[in-house]
Formats: sequence, C-alpha cells, structure tokens
Amino acid sequence: MSFLRKVLAIVWKDVRAELRTKDILSSMLVFAGLSVLIFQFAFDLRADNVRLVLPGVLWIAVTFAGVLGLNRSFILEQDRGCMEGLLLAPMDRSAIYFGKLIGNLLFIAVVELLLLPLMSVLFNVSLLSPTLVLVLALGTLGYAAVGTLFAALSINTRAREVMLPILLFPVMIPVFVAGVQAVSGLLDGDTLADIAKWIRLLLAYDGIFIAAAMILFDYVVEE
Amino acid sequence: MIHVSKLVKAFGRRPVLRGVDLDVPAGQSVALFGPNGAGKTTLIRIIAGLSKLTAGRVTLGGQDIQRSGDGLRRYIGVVSHNPLVYDSLTAEENLQFFGRIYDVPELEPRLKTVLEQVGLTARRKDVVRTFSRGMIQRLAIARAILHDPPILLLDEPDTGLDQQAADMLRTLLADLGSGDRTVLLTTHNLERGIEWADRALILNGGRICFDAPTAGLSGAEFRRIYSDVVGG
Amino acid sequence: MVAKKSYNLFWLVLLALTAVLLAVGVYLSMLWAPTAVNMPTEAERFAQRIFYFHVAAGWVGYLAFGVTAIASIAYLVKRQRRFDNLAVASAEIGVVYTAANLVSGSLWARPTWGTWWSWDDPRLTLAAIVLLVYIAYLMLRNALDEPERRARLSSIYGIVGFLSVPLSFISVRIWRTIHPAVIGTGSETSQGGFDMGGNMVTVLLYAIFAFSLMYVVLLHYRFVLEEQRERLDDLKLRALADG
Repeated sequence: MSFLRKVLAIVWKDVRAELRTKDILSSMLVFAGLSVLIFQFAFDLRADNVRLVLPGVLWIAVTFAGVLGLNRSFILEQDRGCMEGLLLAPMDRSAIYFGKLIGNLLFIAVVELLLLPLMSVLFNVSLLSPTLVLVLALGTLGYAAVGTLFAALSINTRAREVMLPILLFPVMIPVFVAGVQAVSGLLDGDTLADIAKWIRLLLAYDGIFIAAAMILFDYVVEE
Repeated sequence: MIHVSKLVKAFGRRPVLRGVDLDVPAGQSVALFGPNGAGKTTLIRIIAGLSKLTAGRVTLGGQDIQRSGDGLRRYIGVVSHNPLVYDSLTAEENLQFFGRIYDVPELEPRLKTVLEQVGLTARRKDVVRTFSRGMIQRLAIARAILHDPPILLLDEPDTGLDQQAADMLRTLLADLGSGDRTVLLTTHNLERGIEWADRALILNGGRICFDAPTAGLSGAEFRRIYSDVVGG
Repeated sequence: MVAKKSYNLFWLVLLALTAVLLAVGVYLSMLWAPTAVNMPTEAERFAQRIFYFHVAAGWVGYLAFGVTAIASIAYLVKRQRRFDNLAVASAEIGVVYTAANLVSGSLWARPTWGTWWSWDDPRLTLAAIVLLVYIAYLMLRNALDEPERRARLSSIYGIVGFLSVPLSFISVRIWRTIHPAVIGTGSETSQGGFDMGGNMVTVLLYAIFAFSLMYVVLLHYRFVLEEQRERLDDLKLRALADG
C-alpha cells in the first residue's frame, strides 16, 4: 500500500508541475498536430485513400509526440539533480519507474484524446469507437513501458535527446505493426474478434516489457 | 552511528577510495576536507546509498547498508550542492511530495514546523523558481530534515552561498546538530568547517590522512596542517 | 609461457581449419549440392545456391545476438567487464552477419521474385528490424564514455532488444506470409519455395557448422582485442592520474 502511495505521489508531483508549466503537453500537442498536417500534404489524404493511410498517421503522430514527452520526463529530473532526490527516498526504485510510467501515460493519453476527434473531423472518419480506444490504450501502454525505461537510460548518454528514438523505435515494431493493422481492420469494419490476434500480441508485449522494465530499471539508476 | 570499515570504491580499475575506516558516534558532527577528486563526494554517496561500494563494509546504526532494504535510507537526510527540489512546485508542494515518499506521519503539522525552522513560512506558497539561492538552500535543508533523520549528510552545503546565507546555514546547522543527530559534512572552507564541526578529517588520495577533534584547533593552524597533509 | 603459446596455437589451428571448411563449403554449395528441381529458369536454379550462405549467415546473426543477450545478463549479475567485452564482440559480429544475410537475401530475391527487396517476406523484414536494434545497441555504446556505465546501460539494452525479437517476428509473420517455408509442406504455396532433397540438407547443415565455427574464431579474436583495449584504457587513466 505504501508502495502505491509513493507511486501516486510521484505522479501527483509530475502532474502538478506540468499543470503549472504546461511544457510537456504543449510541445507534444503542437508536434502531434504538425505531424498530422505534414502527412496530409505528404499523402494528400482524400476520401479514397484516407482509410488506407490514417492508421499509420495516427500511430506516427502518437509515437513521435510521445518521444518528446518521454524525453522531457527524465530530463526535468536530471537537470537539477532531482533524480538523486528520488533515489535517496526509502522506497523500491521501481516506484520511480511506475510513477514516471503513469505520468507519461497520462500525458500521451491527453494528446490521443485530442487527436482522435481532431482527426475524425479533419478526415471525416469516425475514430471514436471503444475498440479503437482499447487498441490505442494497449499500444500506448507498451510504448510508454519501454519508452520510460529507455528515457531513463538515454539521459545518461551524449546527445541524449537524439538517442531515445534510435533506441526505442526498432524495439517498438511489434506495437506499431499490431496497432496499425488493428486500427486498419477496425476502419474496414472488423469486429473485436477479427483483430483478436493483434490484441493478444499487444497484451503479450505489454506484459513482457513491463515485467522486464520493472526488473531492469534498478540497474539503470544505480551508480 | 556511522561505521565504515576498509571501504574501497573503484570505477572500473581506477580506485577512488582505497580503504577508508571511519567511526562516527551518535551526536557527533564531522567535517570532511580534501582536494577535489579525493573521494569526499564518493564517500558521502556510498553512505547515502546512491553509489555501490566495491569492497568493505558500511553500517548505519548497526545495520549493513548492503544487506538492509530500501528502508534504511529513512535514517539519512542529504543536502548536496544540488538542491534536489523542483523548480515548478511551490515550497510547500515540494515538502508535501518528499513527505509522502518518506512516509512522514502527520505530515501537515511536521511541514509547518520545518518551514518555520528554516524561515520559509511566509514564502511557502511561492514557486521555487522565484527563490534566491539562499532560500533554495534553506528549502533543501527543510527537505533533508523533514523526516527527522538521525544522520545528516551535507556535501558542500555552503557552495555558492554568500556570507549572510552561510551564517544562516551555520545557525541552522547548530540547531539541527544539537541533540543526538549525527552530521557528516564536506566543505572547501577550512575555517568554516572546523567552526561547524566537532571533529575534522582530511581525505586525500582515497585515504583518511588526518583525524582530530576541532576543539582548540585554530583556523590558521589547521590551514597549515591541511597544506602539509595535502601538499606532501 | 608454454601454456600461452599452445593456447595461441590452438586458435591459429582453429582459424586454419575454418578457412579450409569454408573453402570446401563453397565447393559443396556451388557444385556438389543438387540443383533445385522445381525452379523454372536456370538463373533461379543457380541463385538458389546462395541459400546455404544466406541461411548460415542469418543463423550466425541470431546466435551472436543470443550470446550478446546472455553476456549482458551475466554482466549485470557478475559485474565483470569481460562479459561486457564478450557482449560487444558478439554484437558487432552479429551485425556484420545479419547485414550479409540481408544482402544475400536481396541477391536471391532478384532472380526469384523479380525484386531486390520484398516487404512481403517476414524473415527478411525481421532481419532488417534486428539489424536496426543492434545498430542502435552499438550507437548507445558509442554515446557512453564511462566504461562501467557503458557496460551497465548497454547490457540493459542488449536484454530488452533481444526480448523484442520474437515479438517482432510474430508481428511481421502475421502481417505477411509468403516466404518459402523451406523444409516441409509449406513450399507449394509460397513462391520461390523448393523441396529440400537429402543432400541439400547435408550441405545446409555443413554450411551452418562451418559458419558457426567461423563465428567462434572471430568472437575469440574480437574478444581478445576488446580486452586489450580495456587494459590500454586503464593504463592511460593510470598514467593520467599519476602524471
């Protein structure tokens, strides 16, 4: 119980700071909007091909904007040595991981919740179905689980902001393939049963990588 | 309270601490001096649980830091040259956050007491970004003592402070050090260090080269000893 | 000294043996192995012979990355630099072999599928993804200067990266499936498939053995190089500290 309280304290702290500065959310939102705009011009999303390209555009906007948020979440800790403040606290280090993971999930979720209606309006497609939100949520969970681990890892490197996407994207392929394929299926009228194989893959990914990250995070932050 | 024996820390094959033995009884305050790279910060970080030791043993209140769980870190409060507080939170929010992750019981009254102690009650609702260096350092001290730790580790707490802020820090430390709190501090200011502490240590080349009580030791005398030890 | 000498001799003999085995392998795959029967053109039938090299290189790639993952775990548990040296040695060799696997796959694809690259082939796609994972691994190492931190953080990436491989495989497998399922019955449905005759299996197993031996020899020399580099860095540090 005490573990959970500490995790939530970290989430509360990050949300509180973000509500005051709006650094992370504003950059993520603007970036997500810009990527949609650029894809509009790149693929000329007209009625006949919009269903073909839209799932990819959605996931690319989410992953690219997500990198910004993931990077910020640990850079803010590192820059004034605050990470040490967390490491000094009498708690299992995985509490830091889960606190940061939940915070990152919240920020990405805000971006997604604004992106879905925006894209629905702009491209005249309904993206607001419960199954689609489920797919997006499962994919985002896996993405943030690995992303939070790698963000903590890459702040220690040279060129740390560039390093995160290079490390993260090759490992994200299963989430990206499953996410894009499942959303495509849903846009073509598939039911939950039709995309079950993708849902299972996402669930497996989430389970494996949350467990791995929980164990490995300790090694990331120790000296 | 703090017991260090045959402590070795190496980064790769480069040793930083080469066998440090140190015994600090409860209630004593110890000043640790030494040139840059002597291993002062490394020693503090190992005691605080931020760095792993390579060989040797460190116990706090009789408990081995390698065997005890995360709970042992509750015995320690740290003030380092980094304030370890968040810029975009208020003073009060910062302390609320650290109170929660340290499981401080009855947080609100404790928070009030500590803010009073460091003289930040009037500014408690202000965002830390608007604070001066001295005020941030006071908040950092509040953060370190919030959970009332029996051991206080201070790594160059006076760096970057002006004379006035340093005087205030001394008064604060005198208050905190009274009673049975054990204090281990590092500083580059020799006079200030021996004035603050009961006992002076000089760490050089990864070993303790000088260890004596500060009582009766004058600043000039200590400066001569220091340059003898470090220069030789 | 004698032990050291015979140890070096052992690796030299193994190196020579590998060279001979590989030369024989070229003969076996290019001339001795039977020609694939169910391929329409001469070019396709001959191109199929790259298969032995292609599969063996791919196998060494995955073997090498597996060794990197195990060495990474060993480093995190034992904290001995030699495990990290082994991990990087193996990863570099794996990258080279996976690249060779991709290039040979591409050369084979041209006469068979009429294209240099096909995203429809899950194994080729997977090899490309895995190559990116381990290029990222090497870049991460390059972006870390302090040896202990480099070893620790790249071990973490070595483990996570390896865990992602089977999931990436499943995802691209569900996504596209027309690669020749070489042994067994899948061959009728997939374009470019062929039946493996008995001698083909023999040559393939031989090629895999020869390549694995080459991997072991390369790993040894690359590992020794990394150990020497580590010692040199330490000497430099010590010289700096004393001077």
